[in-house]
This record gives sequence, structure tokens and C-alpha cells, in this order.
Amino acid sequence: MPNPPAHRLLVLFAHPSLQRSRVHRRLLAEVAARPDVTLHDLYEAYPDFEIDVPREQRLLAEHDTILLQHPLYWYSTPPLVKQWEDLVLEHGWAYGAQGTALRSKRAVSVVSAGGREEAYRPEGRNRYSVEELLRPLEATWRLCGVTPLVPFVVHGTHRLDASGIEAEAARYGAFLDLLAAGGGEAIP
Amino acid sequence: MSIETFLPQAFVFLVAAVVAVPIARKLGLGSVLGYLLAGVMIGPFVLGLVGGEQREDVLHFAEFGVVLMLFVIGLELEPSMLWRLRKPILGLGGLQVVVSTLALAGGALAFGLGVKPALAVGMILALSSTAIVLQTLAEKGQLESEGGRSTFSVLLFQDIAVIPMLALLPLLATAAATGHDAGHAEATGWLTGLAPWLQTLVVLGAVGAILAGGRLIVRPALRIVAAARQREVFTAAALLLVIGVALLMKGVGLSPALGTFLAGVVLANSEYRHELESDIEPFKGLLLGLFFIAVGASIDFGLIGTRPGLIFGITLGILVVKGAVLFALTRVFRLGLDSALLVTFALPQVGEFAFVLLSFARQEGVLQAGTADPLVAAVALSMAVTPLLLLLNDRVIRPRFGTREQEARPADAIEHRAEVLIAGFGGVGSTIGRFLRANGVGTTVLDSDPERVDLLRRIGLRVYYGDASRHDLLETAGAHDAKILVVALNTPEATLGVVHMAKKHFPHLVLVARAFDWADTHDLIEAGVDHVVRQSLEPGLRLGVEVLRRQGFRAYQAQRAAQRFLHHDLESQDFLTGKRREDRKDYLSAVRARIEDLEEILLRDRRDSDQPRDEGWDDASLRREFGEK
Repeated sequence: MPNPPAHRLLVLFAHPSLQRSRVHRRLLAEVAARPDVTLHDLYEAYPDFEIDVPREQRLLAEHDTILLQHPLYWYSTPPLVKQWEDLVLEHGWAYGAQGTALRSKRAVSVVSAGGREEAYRPEGRNRYSVEELLRPLEATWRLCGVTPLVPFVVHGTHRLDASGIEAEAARYGAFLDLLAAGGGEAIP
Repeated sequence: MSIETFLPQAFVFLVAAVVAVPIARKLGLGSVLGYLLAGVMIGPFVLGLVGGEQREDVLHFAEFGVVLMLFVIGLELEPSMLWRLRKPILGLGGLQVVVSTLALAGGALAFGLGVKPALAVGMILALSSTAIVLQTLAEKGQLESEGGRSTFSVLLFQDIAVIPMLALLPLLATAAATGHDAGHAEATGWLTGLAPWLQTLVVLGAVGAILAGGRLIVRPALRIVAAARQREVFTAAALLLVIGVALLMKGVGLSPALGTFLAGVVLANSEYRHELESDIEPFKGLLLGLFFIAVGASIDFGLIGTRPGLIFGITLGILVVKGAVLFALTRVFRLGLDSALLVTFALPQVGEFAFVLLSFARQEGVLQAGTADPLVAAVALSMAVTPLLLLLNDRVIRPRFGTREQEARPADAIEHRAEVLIAGFGGVGSTIGRFLRANGVGTTVLDSDPERVDLLRRIGLRVYYGDASRHDLLETAGAHDAKILVVALNTPEATLGVVHMAKKHFPHLVLVARAFDWADTHDLIEAGVDHVVRQSLEPGLRLGVEVLRRQGFRAYQAQRAAQRFLHHDLESQDFLTGKRREDRKDYLSAVRARIEDLEEILLRDRRDSDQPRDEGWDDASLRREFGEK
């Protein structure tokens, strides 16, 4: 069943060593199983960090909900995502008086974290939740007029066994279907 | 043979081969049967284009094809592999010869022969045809299977067994010998005059000479010949080697085929293996073809016509007795049913050496003409039906009774084949080879510089000497199993040559090639290369980055400028290739095209911004919008 035109999904995927990943490879299979969802593998497209800005802007313009899928490195994104933000979200295109290209779109982070959820609490060793740690991204989207959604987080990847990964993949599949149908909870 | 008789003869044989073999292959009968039928056609009983005496000559001459074949087989069999085959060779092979000899001798006794002639007949008929069996199995790709290896082992033992047989036959004589002729005295060699222990010593010495000489003399000699970089001289050296070994073996009374086989095994580890193989291959193929034609032509339809019952009876008897012995022995040796059936249907015929032994036995007075002649006819007939028997096994017997399981090849029987072939190991080729090796990707390298090949092999790389534009060499280097071919030869012409050849013969290969400038980049892309890297591009940019830095550019700024330019340049290349394809005909000369290319590139350079866009890191527009006015 094709998505209604209003909910085209774009997955921007960033993983500098996918060959070592168990979780993201399985999550990607969920994306690949949905032909209506566009998958864009940033590290595969730009191994030399030479980002094709017009191409990226075209892709963003053609979709309605942008998923930023990556592992959490030092409470943040892998470096290519930061490079991508710097160069693609240009003043006068994404924000500023003339920058209206992304207005009314939605964005959501899909991240994996090694620590368990208890660690990402005020009393835990990481003190902040993943949603809180990703505030800079949230602020970036808000400045561009994009509605940020509550992130999809896979916690405790260090301890996940095969059946655990399967369960997370199923949860991700359901999440993709929810987004495609226009659902998803916005960050207040 | 004078040129007047040679040329028409050669013409007849070649026409027969060229006409019959493609038809036979088209019908799925295999080339061996095609050659045999061609021989029957031009033989004395159909078209009568070849007479009896020529036929004998040709048969003797063409037997050298068997010698060449065993040399090539030896080249493909490393010594360690031969050692692993010792059990099937001695066990299965040895028992096959002994049991078949006794069974067939029993049959001959039943026909009313005396004990001694019966024993001689048994020995002679116990041998099988190396030429027909190996060629047919190789064509079907069955040599590498368990059954194929066992078949080969039996044939190898038979080659060894010929030596004691030649010594035994005279002892079985009942009538007075009708006299030696020179040709057959040769078969036992000049050694007959020596004491037995001395004979043994000479024989062992000859084998030792081949084993030691192969390592100590032949390899350095080949290196010197290869350094001359004259392809036909290397071919000559290869033939010289085989003929030399064959002569030595004949001299001491051993089978020449056995000797060249050993020489092949000794050289199987050498860097010249592929080159030797592809040099000998065409000679081997032609001579074997000739041999099969001669066998076809020598089937005596006259005799078969007068006594069909007897001849067919003998043939059938031989096939059934030998087949039964083979089947029983393979089961004793616990081969799988598929393998046992293959061996049984491959080896029940009588071999070409029986022709020699039968006439030798007649000379020695062991057999009477009345016994020998029907046997000769039966031998030829049994050889002729072999391809049909194997066809029967493949199409009817095995599908119905075989185990049907895919034969699991023993892991150590498979030679490791690299997935990447690198043609040319100069500057660029060696960088690729080292890089792939550092990342655990197996490579096979072909290079035509003998000194470099030698050096690299000592380091332990899989490097072979040879001209990569020869498809047969690429094939022996494993092009059929490889996935990627990297062409890094040192001239545009050589590069394009290999690309055309690979596209034609190995269309499955992904081609990656080094180009020199714009012009040959176009040519390579047009020729179907999957990825072309122009050597003038990246080193030029790296030098440019150094210059920019000395002009005061920040390192990252210069680096990004180079990367941007690289992408721009590759876009220009795509554009130009498309343009060249459209108006290819408009170019009068390559030089003109090259100048126009350069002009186009320079114009595009000026038109497109080479500066990285990077506006995200530039706050000029932000200052305009938000800054103090």
C-alpha cells in the first residue's frame, strides 16, 4: 500500500563502521523491506566527507518526515552527520528570512545507545535522557521550522542478544508504519 | 614424409577434424567421439583417404599427444596432491591391473588359448586408454571429482605397469620369435644388455634426474629463456623440455608419458606453470585429435564385416569383465556409488598401448596373427565406444541408480582460487596487490617481467609469468573462477588489448583498469571497463595541494579544493565520454579529438566554480541578515 503523498519518509543513515554493527544492520533491513521509504546511506555516499549539497537539499525537499538513524557516539551523532548539518542546512534555504524549504516537515532521531535506559536518568551514570542529549538537533530542526518528534531509542545494545535485536527490529518496523501513516509524538 | 605427401595428408586430417568435431559437440557427443567418427570417415573403409601405412605412421606420431597431455596433467598436480593419491594409485590401480589381467586371461583360456598366450592377452587387455578417458572426462569437467581422481589414479598405475609388462612378454613366448625390428627393440631400450640390478639403477637414476633436474636446471633455464622476452622461444623451450624427457625415458625403457608426467609435477610449483601449460596446450590438443582420428581410421571394418560375431563378442566380453572388476574394486575401496559408476564406465576399454604390445607380442612369437588381429579390431572398437558409454552413464545410469547427491569434493582437493586477478605488477599493479593483500583479499598476479616475477615469488606472492593478453593464460590463471580483473599494464595499447580479450572470453569479470590520459579513458569506457582510474588525475591533484599550501592556503582548505576538483573532473569525464560517443564520427583524428577534449575541459573548468561551496561555514549572509546595519 503506497504511502499517502503527505508522508514520504527519508531515512538518513550514518554509521562509520556498519560492518561491525549487529543492531543497525537489522534495523536497516526493516527500512529496506519498505520500498516506499527512501534510504540514504551517508557514509556510503560520501566516504570522503565531500557532501553534494544540492543533492541533499533536493532529497529533503522531496520528503515529509526525515529520520536521522545512527549510533550514539559521545552523546551525539557521528561526525559526518554534523558535517551534513553544517553544509546542507544553509542559511537562506533551511532557515533565515528566505529559508523556508523545510517548513512543516517532521524530523525524528533513531539512535542506538550501548547503556541501558536506567543509565540515561537523572540518577543514572549518564544523568540525561537521550532525548535531552539530542537537544542541539531538536533546536536545529525547530530553527528550520521542522517539527521534532520524540526519538526512537534502542537501549542497551551491549547486552542485546539475537532475540532482543529481533524484538527491537519489530518495534522499529511498527514505528516506521506509524510514521508513514502520519503518526508519531511531537516533542512538546 | 615429403612435403608433397605431407600437405594433402594434413589437409585431409584437418578438414575431418574441423567438420566432425563441431557437429559432434553440437549433438552433445563430445569432441573425442567427433574425432573418432572423422577417422572412420576418412579411413580405408568409407572414403579411403588415408591408407594403412600412413595410418600407422600417424598413430605413432600422434601418440606424442598423450605424452604432452600427461605433462599438462602433471603441471596441474602438485607433488603434495600426488602424495595424497598414493593409496588409490597403488591400491585401486594395482588391484585393477592384477585382477583384470587374471580375469581376462581366464576368458582367453576359455577361448582355447594356451596358458602363456592367455596371460599375455590378459595383461595387454587390462590396460585402459589414458588419452580417450582423460580427454573425455576433462571435457565434461569430471576430472576433479572423486571418481575422476580415482580414474586418473588407475591410469597412472597402468602407465607404470607397462614397464614390467614389456619385460615379461618375451618370457611368455611359446613359438620362436619372428625377429625383432628396430622400432620395437626401442621400446625396451638399450638396457636389455645390462645386468638387472644395473638396469634398475639406471631407471631410478633417470627418475631422479628428472626430479632434481626439474628444480636445479629447468627452472633457472626457463628464467633465462623468459628474460629473452620472445614468446616463440619460450614455446620452443617448453617443447624441448617435453621431448627431451620423453627421449630420456624411452632410452631407459620407461614410459615417456610417465616421465613427462613427473616432469610436469616437478614444475607444478614453479612460476612458469601457467605459461608452460598454455604453450603446450595447443600442441597437445591437435596431436590428441590426430590420435583419435587415427584410432578411428584404424578400425578394421573389413575384419569386423567377415567375423562380426567374434569381434563384437570379444569387445563386449572385455567391456563386461573389466567393468565388473572396476565396479567391484571401487566398492571395496568404499567409493560413493556415483564415483564407482564413473570409474566403471570410464575405464573398461583397452588402451592405445595395446596396439604396440599386440604387435610386440606377435614379433616375440607370444601370439599368433589369428589371435592378434581380431584383438586389434576389438581394442579399437572398445576405445570408440568409450565416449558413448560415458554418455550412457551420464544420461541414463547415474540419474537412475546413482546416489544423486552432489559429490562433496574433499576440501584439500580444491586448489585455492583467487577472486581477483591483477594483470601487470609494475608501480600501480604492485600498489593494488599490496593494498588488497593488506586487507586480506586474495590475488593472482600475471606479469611479464621474469626477474620481478622471481623476486615476488620468493616473497611468497602468487605471481605468474606470462603475457596477460593471452586468453588461454588468463584461463589457466583462474579467470573463470575470478570475479574481478584489474588491468594495470604499462601501455594504453596493452591495457586495451587485455580489456577486449577479457570482454570476449570472460564476460562475467568485473573490469577495473588504469588509464593514462583522457583519450584512453574514453577508449576503455567504450570497451566496457566497469571502473577506469586515470593515473594523471590524483597525483596531479596531490602535487597541486602541495603548491596551494606553499601559496598560503590552509591545509584543510587546499585538501577540500582538491576533493572538489576531483569530483568536478570526474563529471567532466562522464560528459566528454558521452559527447565522444555521440559525435565519434566527426573526429578526423585522435590528435584532433585530444585537443578538442582539452579545450572543452578548460572551458568547463572556467565555467564551473572549483571552489568548495561550504556556505554553511560562511557567515557573510548571516551578517547581512542579522548584523548591525
